[in-house]
Parts: sequence; C-alpha cells; structure tokens
Amino acid sequence: MTKAKPNSYRSGPDERGHFGIFGGRFVAETLMPLILDLEKAYNAAKADPAFQAEMNGYLKNYVGRPSPLYFAERLTEHLGGAKIYLKREELNHTGSHKVNNVLGQIMLARRMGKKRIIAETGAGQHGVATATLCARFGLECVVYMGAVDVERQQPNVIRMEMLGAKVFPVQSGTRTLKDAMNEALRDWVTNVHNTFYCIGTVAGPHPYPTLVRDFQSIIGNETKAQLQEVEGRLPDSLVACIGGGSNAMGLFHPFLDDSSVEIFGVEAAGHGLTQLHAASIAGGRPGVLHGNRTYLLMNEDGQIQDAHSISAGLDYPGIGPEHSWLHEIGRVNYLSATDDEALAAFQLLSRLEGIIPALEPAHAIAKVMELAPKRPRDHLMVVNLSGRGDKDVPQVGDILRGKSK
Amino acid sequence: MTTRIDTRFAELKKQGRSAFVTFVMAGDPDPATSLEIIKALPKAGADVIELGMPFTDPMADGPSIQAAGLRALRAGMTLKKTLELVRGFRKDDDATPIVLMGYYNPIYIYGVGKFLADAKTAGVDGLIIVDLPPEEDNELCLPAMKAGLNFIRLATPTTDDKRLPAVLANTSGFVYYVAITGITGAAAADATAVSEAVARIKRHTKLPVCVGFGIRTPENARAIASYANGAVVGTALVDALKNSLDAEGRATGKTVNAVAELTASLAQGVRGAQQAAE
Repeated sequence: MTKAKPNSYRSGPDERGHFGIFGGRFVAETLMPLILDLEKAYNAAKADPAFQAEMNGYLKNYVGRPSPLYFAERLTEHLGGAKIYLKREELNHTGSHKVNNVLGQIMLARRMGKKRIIAETGAGQHGVATATLCARFGLECVVYMGAVDVERQQPNVIRMEMLGAKVFPVQSGTRTLKDAMNEALRDWVTNVHNTFYCIGTVAGPHPYPTLVRDFQSIIGNETKAQLQEVEGRLPDSLVACIGGGSNAMGLFHPFLDDSSVEIFGVEAAGHGLTQLHAASIAGGRPGVLHGNRTYLLMNEDGQIQDAHSISAGLDYPGIGPEHSWLHEIGRVNYLSATDDEALAAFQLLSRLEGIIPALEPAHAIAKVMELAPKRPRDHLMVVNLSGRGDKDVPQVGDILRGKSK
Repeated sequence: MTTRIDTRFAELKKQGRSAFVTFVMAGDPDPATSLEIIKALPKAGADVIELGMPFTDPMADGPSIQAAGLRALRAGMTLKKTLELVRGFRKDDDATPIVLMGYYNPIYIYGVGKFLADAKTAGVDGLIIVDLPPEEDNELCLPAMKAGLNFIRLATPTTDDKRLPAVLANTSGFVYYVAITGITGAAAADATAVSEAVARIKRHTKLPVCVGFGIRTPENARAIASYANGAVVGTALVDALKNSLDAEGRATGKTVNAVAELTASLAQGVRGAQQAAE
C-alpha cells in the first residue's frame, strides 16, 4: 500500500460511521431511528462518569478483571525465539473476552429502557455472556444460533438454557453465524419497540463497530499497563485471532499509534485458502452485508459465500469494517491459520502450559508458532488468549480419536 | 423527467382507482418460467411489477421470500440475468412499470454506474433497496436519480414525523409504506393504524403512497386500496408459486396459472375499492 498515512490510526470512524470506505449504516428504514437513538445513548453514556464507574465495579467484581498477563515460559522455550505473553481473557467470567462488550451493551440497554435482549452467536461464547448478564439484570434473552453450531457447541447451548435464555437454532442458509445474524436482524426489525440487539463483534451498522471496540479496548489498555510493569516497555508484537474481530480489535486499538508495535490478525483458513475457508481479507473483497461495508467472501454476482472453519466462532464470511480499513492502510498484517494448524496449536498449548485454549485463539497460537521462532529472545510478543477450550473438548476429542484410528 | 411509474399512477388517478402492485422473485423457480410469469401479471391485473433481485442473505424477508431467492439462485439467477428478464418482458410490454427490489451488495459488486446504465436500457423504471436508508444516499439513490430511475423509499411505522422529510427528500415514483415493523410474510397490520400512517405521509408528500407487508387476500387488498394509492402483494404470490412446484421444486404446467389466478382475484379486490380523495 502506498497510501498516505493518517496522523492517527485511532480517530475513526467519521460521524457517519466510516473507516475509510468501510463501515456505514446499511440497514432497513425500520431500524434506522433506533440506531440513531443508540448512538445518542452511547455518546451520553461515554460522557457520564457514573456509567464508567458502574461498569468498572462489575468488571472488577463480576467479570474478574483485570485478566492476568501471563509469561508462557514453556511455550517460549519450546519455540526458541520471542518471549511470549498470554493475555488471559479466557479467565473472565463466562470464559472469554465476550463478556467485556456484553456488559457495556447491557448497561446501555438498561439506560435505554429496553427489557428484551437478542443476540447472535457462533461458538456460543457471546450467547453465554449475553445470557449471563441478562440473568444478572433480570432481562429477557433470546439467542439465535445456527443449527450447525448448536450441534457442535452443545455445552454452550446447555449453559445458555440454564441461564434462562431461549436459544433458537437457525435453519436458514448455511445454518451458521451469518444466518444467525440474519435471523437476529429479522427479530429486531419485528420487535424494534422493546428490543435491544446485543451484537457480539466489531461489525454491523454504525455505531456497533465503535462501541464494541471501545468496550473491548480494556484488553489492550490493561496489556499496556501490565507489560509496562513487568518489562518496563511496549510489546514488540501483538497476535490475535479474527472472526468478526472483537478480541483482536480490543487488543490492537490502544497500540495502533505505537508504530514500533507489529500487529498480526489471524483469520481462519479452514481447509486452506484455495478451498473452503473463513478468511475474508485473504480471500474476499469489499461488499455490503449486515449493516456495513467490509471485506466479504462472495461470488462474482455479489452472493455471499459459505465460510468454513473448524471453529464456530470464526465461521463467518465477513470481518469488522475497522479491520478492513487497517488492512488497506497497512497498519495490521492479516495472516491465516488452517483447521489443522489450529488443532496442532490447541494440543501444544494444552500440553506445554496446562491451558486448553478455545479453537478460536488456537488460530492465533498457530501463527505464534511460526512468528516467534524467527524473532530474537528479547522480542516481546503478546497473544490474546480470548477464550477457554471447555466448549471445544467434545468436538476436538472426537476429531483426535477419529484421526488416531 | 417522467418514468413509466409516473405515467401509470397519473392514468390510475384519472380512472379513480388504486394500483395493484405485485412482487415476484426474478428467476423463481427458473428464468424461463419467471419470464412467463411476469408476462402474465399485467394481463391478470397487475398495474406495477416489483421484481425481486435474489440475494443469499435477505435480512428483511420472511421464509417464503428467502426460499424464493434461493430457488432462483439455484436455478442460476444472477443480477445480469434479472436485467435480461426485464429486457425480455419489455419486448411485449412498454407500459407496465418495473421496479427492482432487493439488497445493495449485488448492485455494488456489479458496479453502480454500469448497473444503472444497464437497468435503464433494459427497461427498469425504479429501485427499492432495502438496506439503503437516506443516510447512505450517496451510494445509489443520488446516482439513480441522475440516471433517470426512480428511487422508491420505504417508510415504516418507526419513521416518525421528524424523520419523514429526510426519508421523502430524494424519493420519487411512489412511497412504499411498510405496514408493520417486521419481515415480509408476517401477520397483517392493524387497518386503522395503517390508514392513519398513510394520511400522515400524504401530509408530507404529493407522491402516491403504496402499502405492503401483510396483504394476502382480495379483502385485505380492497381495504388498503380504499385509502392508499396502491396495495403491494408479494408473499401470497410467492406462496402460490411454490405450491404449484413439483417435489424437486421445479415448475409444473400449473405454475404460471397459479400466480396469474391469484393475481386476478387480488386485482379484483383492488379494483373494487373506491379511490380515496386526494
């Protein structure tokens, strides 16, 4: 890319929700007034110290923040290069980074007087976080989940139901995350008067990509302070997996203007980039879906293509619009890891560190396995361990047993 | 400039009746049958044809129209073929307005400038794009107006008086009032609320106001046509089409007639209504 560099990578979006050509508000008229209300409510909340104070209380005592920044000594030794730190988002209440954003949105919903919460979910982590906070605040909760994902992420379905949420298996389209999002949007259009749509990632119409990013930025802000404390300096590189890209954006955003920090996002390459995959930046191009313009997997007629990843949380044919912009402007390097690479990383981290990662961040670990050995021992690499692998244990167990036969 | 839409509504006003607007999905269940269906619609009493542009992810549509889009895509339908369908229709009919309805991505990928030129040449009169609110007018609405195509906006129960002027600002042809907050094929709307909404919109614009979503029967259509300038029926026609297909979802000898017969009976409903005073 030879485009002129902006003064800051952190000033977006503009007032219409655009990051360069990406983002925007591509929604049905029925939803437009509510989206404008949400933007107003969010701006008011941001300016209200009481909102942040209340949130900080829940983040500390309910979510369990700050999450540790852990030096992965044996992984570092094994790879023989960069010093690897894991940002332990998997230790949050509900088991992933998703809760950071859900807490913020549920508190916004309460400010807006909405009593019914809907959400889409892929791996079920966002659904579980939403069901959890709805239980905590006594709100009705409806979660849309692709029927394929309901099948492969049973533990999370059971958790959501125990928390009092209603889980709708979505049978339309490819029956995965994108279809869950379509169905959630259809519900929202129908019940717009009393319903708040709690989007799980940095995508959707403005202001969602911004507010989800802001709620997730606590990951990067904590990392900055924690690494300063133990190493006295900035990291040299950051690595995170990307489906829609909320854990990655949360880690990356506070570091975007620190030009010495190399940043790597890892998409899901599924069976490989020439076959079925979910790497929108590597294999897609700009288009419009689910309220925003962003990189999407599609055919030459603009029809959205099926994504594939072993990880339900990355199985989405798009990516957040700010990532698309950071790719085009060249600030973040977007890589991809295949199903097999993620499975290998899943096992390596389990054996070396006693941490079973979710399949999603296993994609990030897979690229760490390539990047770290090529870097010197004084190179500080931070990986976002965005979720724990409990939900994946049955699925991975089946795959590994099948393979060993 | 005057489009076929303007001309058609002016004629209907002279006749003192409302328009019957039919929606079918382009290429459903296959391109050849689809052409026969749209050719049959005006003869059966359709005054305006809305032609759906199939899309994989129609987020404002219910199960019937979702399935219609997927049938068309499976039959090889593309945006280019949708324009060919319009061209085929125009060989025999240069008067019935055709409005393409759908989602932005296929148009964006086709290329806005090329699409508008090709659509105009093919004989398209207007566009309804569900996911382009006034906030995104620069994308397609303003270029479409420049290219001589009507950009027909959806107004909804959530479009309040404060927002209505923005929604109407770059609208032409007619205004499409979505009678419910919901997706296509959902339950019928409350008649009193809809008539009040239509009256409210008419206070803001001289454009004809058509009403859609939730109209399934000649009685519904007659009621709507008594106070609106047009009644739109989509899901009921798509369902009639689907019910005529064989077990593999292919057209049968009954398919074209099934749509035409329902169109005729709905058209009777619309024609039975007294046009409301302007």
